[in-house]
Formats: sequence, C-alpha cells, structure tokens
Amino acid sequence: MAQALVELLRSEFPQAVIASSSQHGDETVIVDAASWVNIHRFLRDDERCQMQMLTDLTAVDYPDREPRFEVVTHLHSLSKGHRLRAKTRVGDPAGERVEVGSLTELWGSANWLERECFDMLGVHFLGHPDLRRILMYPEFEGHPLRKDYAASHIQPLLAYRDAPNIEKLPPFDRHEGMSFGRQTHDGFASEEDDALSRKRSH
Amino acid sequence: MGQLKETTEHVLETGQGQGFATTRFEDLLHWAQKYSLFMYPFVTACCGMEFMSVSSPRYDFSRFGSEAPRFSPRQSDLLWVVGTIVQRQAPILKRIYEQMAEPKWVLAFGTCASVGGFYDNYACVAGIDKILPCDVYIPGCPPRPEAVLDGLLLLQDKIARGDRSPGVVKPRQDPAQDQTGGLIQLRKSRSSVG
Repeated sequence: MAQALVELLRSEFPQAVIASSSQHGDETVIVDAASWVNIHRFLRDDERCQMQMLTDLTAVDYPDREPRFEVVTHLHSLSKGHRLRAKTRVGDPAGERVEVGSLTELWGSANWLERECFDMLGVHFLGHPDLRRILMYPEFEGHPLRKDYAASHIQPLLAYRDAPNIEKLPPFDRHEGMSFGRQTHDGFASEEDDALSRKRSH
Repeated sequence: MGQLKETTEHVLETGQGQGFATTRFEDLLHWAQKYSLFMYPFVTACCGMEFMSVSSPRYDFSRFGSEAPRFSPRQSDLLWVVGTIVQRQAPILKRIYEQMAEPKWVLAFGTCASVGGFYDNYACVAGIDKILPCDVYIPGCPPRPEAVLDGLLLLQDKIARGDRSPGVVKPRQDPAQDQTGGLIQLRKSRSSVG
C-alpha cells in the first residue's frame, strides 16, 4: 500500500527523491536534505498521505560514508493505516556541520525527539525552538552515540571521591558481575580464592 | 570483610541472677543502633520491585528492626541505594548522603548500585562507592530477597562490631559446588557415560 506513497512522492518531488527501497513490505524513501521539511509537510497534509503521526525520529552514524549521518523518521497514518520511513543524509566526515530542517512546526512530538537526536548524535535541527541536551547534563562534551566517541570515555559530573584504588574497590575483583561467586558462607571454595582473600585483607 | 557465620558477641553479661548486667557503653550503643535503622530508600530502577517484595509481608524485613522508611534524609541513618545511578544523578545522591545525620550507613542493593553491572558506558556510575563510602554490597540482578535479608543482617553485624570496612553478601549456595544435583554431579555422570 505504501508503494503508492513512494510513487506519489517521486511524481511530486522528482528532484528530491534520491532512492527508495522495500523490505518485508516496509517502504523506505531517501530524500534530499534541502527538501526534508517540505516533503514531510506534504506527507502530513496531502489527502492521499495523511501521515498524522510522527512515530520516531532518530539518526544513524556511518563514519565511513559521505555524508556521514542519516536522519530517519518513521511516519504513520492513523486514518489510512499506512506507514513510511523517510531518510536523509547529512554531515561531513568530521561531523562538524550536521544540519537539517526541524519538523517541530509539523509535529509536536518532533521537539523532544530532535533534542534527543541532537544530544546523542550532534545533529543540528535548524528552526528548532529549544535545541539543547535532553538526556545528558549540560556539562557533557561531545555526543556519546557517535562512532568516534570512545566506548569507555566517561565524564563524571561529580568527581569520584578520593579513596585509594577507587577504580576497583574490594570485594569486587574476579567475582565481579557473576550472579554467584566462588565464595560461600562455608568459606572459600578453593585454595586460590583463599590465598586471594588473605592477600586482600593485608 | 564481615561474614554472617560469625555471630555477634554477647553484649550483655548477666550477673549471677542478681538483676544487673555489665557491658561496655559502645556495645550497648551499637546494639541499640543495629535494631533501630531508619532507612531512606533511594530507588531508581528495576531493583525497586525486589525492594518492594522484600519489604512487604512475604519476606518482611521489619522483622529485623528496619521497618520504618523515612523519606527525609535528615531522619534516616541507613541509605538503601536501589538501582542504577547515572552520572547526572550522582550529585543528587551525594547530597542526600550528606544531609543524613551521623552515624549513617550505606547499602548497595543489586549489581548496578554495587559495581555498575553491564552499564559500563558513558552515562552510568560504575558503583556508588565511586561517590560515597559503602558498607554492604548485595550482588545480584536483582538479588534474591534472601540475599537482601543477608545483607541487612550483615550490616547489623557490622554495626554491632563497629566495623566500617566494606562487606559483600555471599551466596547461600553455590550451584557449581552442589554435590547432589549441581554441575559437578552432571559432569561426573557425563564422564561415566563416555
């Protein structure tokens, strides 16, 4: 059913629709970033589309691609029952200028979704009324879901307390994360654990 | 590190049926403190369901003199940290800890509060001991109510002994060491077949 939507978009915006694909009956259309807001406005307002609901808005980081980011929206028509996924590609490899128009004037739900997308991936939505972090704290630097954000990099808001060996305090060492350790109430299960315990207590 | 099997030493020595008792003042004080823990539940995540379970009649930790939750840190002396603590929440938790009156104790409920668990990422604090001193750790995701009760008893034991070193709740039974139906028996039966 949504195949007709793609054809409609192709006829209405012949320059803007770059590609389209279908998987398990779900249509995806990739559009030009400059027409991002106009296409969404058409999808919402046109009689044949009636996409009243913006289900989701997010972005994906492809560090090897140019443009680097894909902004994705999932649209749903409550009256017609069809769905469509729209994508656009933005951003240079350095991730500096990642800009696309904001959909907040079309759907209220886009407000927080775009804020989350900005917070996590650093996509700037032009025309957003209040584009600031929504999940992370304002002091946070960088965008944690970008592929070049190191997985182990943390930015504590509150400095860790000044204690020796604060990174790993006893009693968690080799038993960390196990639902049950090798230690029981009846003492240590092996000579190795016993030695470890004695070493720790000194 | 405290262990449950070490029983608390007798606080009171009765004097030959003469109606008096001798003890040290610290022992009496600790004995009184351990049975009047006013708790502040700082519940942030799914472990909270387990906390509700253990505080409700089925497991009922009020049996151990720890029944009254106080939702003001100024009236409480035991901070239950139940669930994942994210970096953004750390200053709030620290402030609540600082508002509590001395003497105060901290109990880490579950793996997330203890060491962060699998939330080893940009957002989470890998264990509340990074920001405040912790007395008892209860591992488990979530911990069994029995483990929570063990943790409470371990804390009371530590209070009675005046021990402020960190303690961890140990499993009551280690399935891998179970000689009757556990992994060892399973391996034995397999090797005998082969």
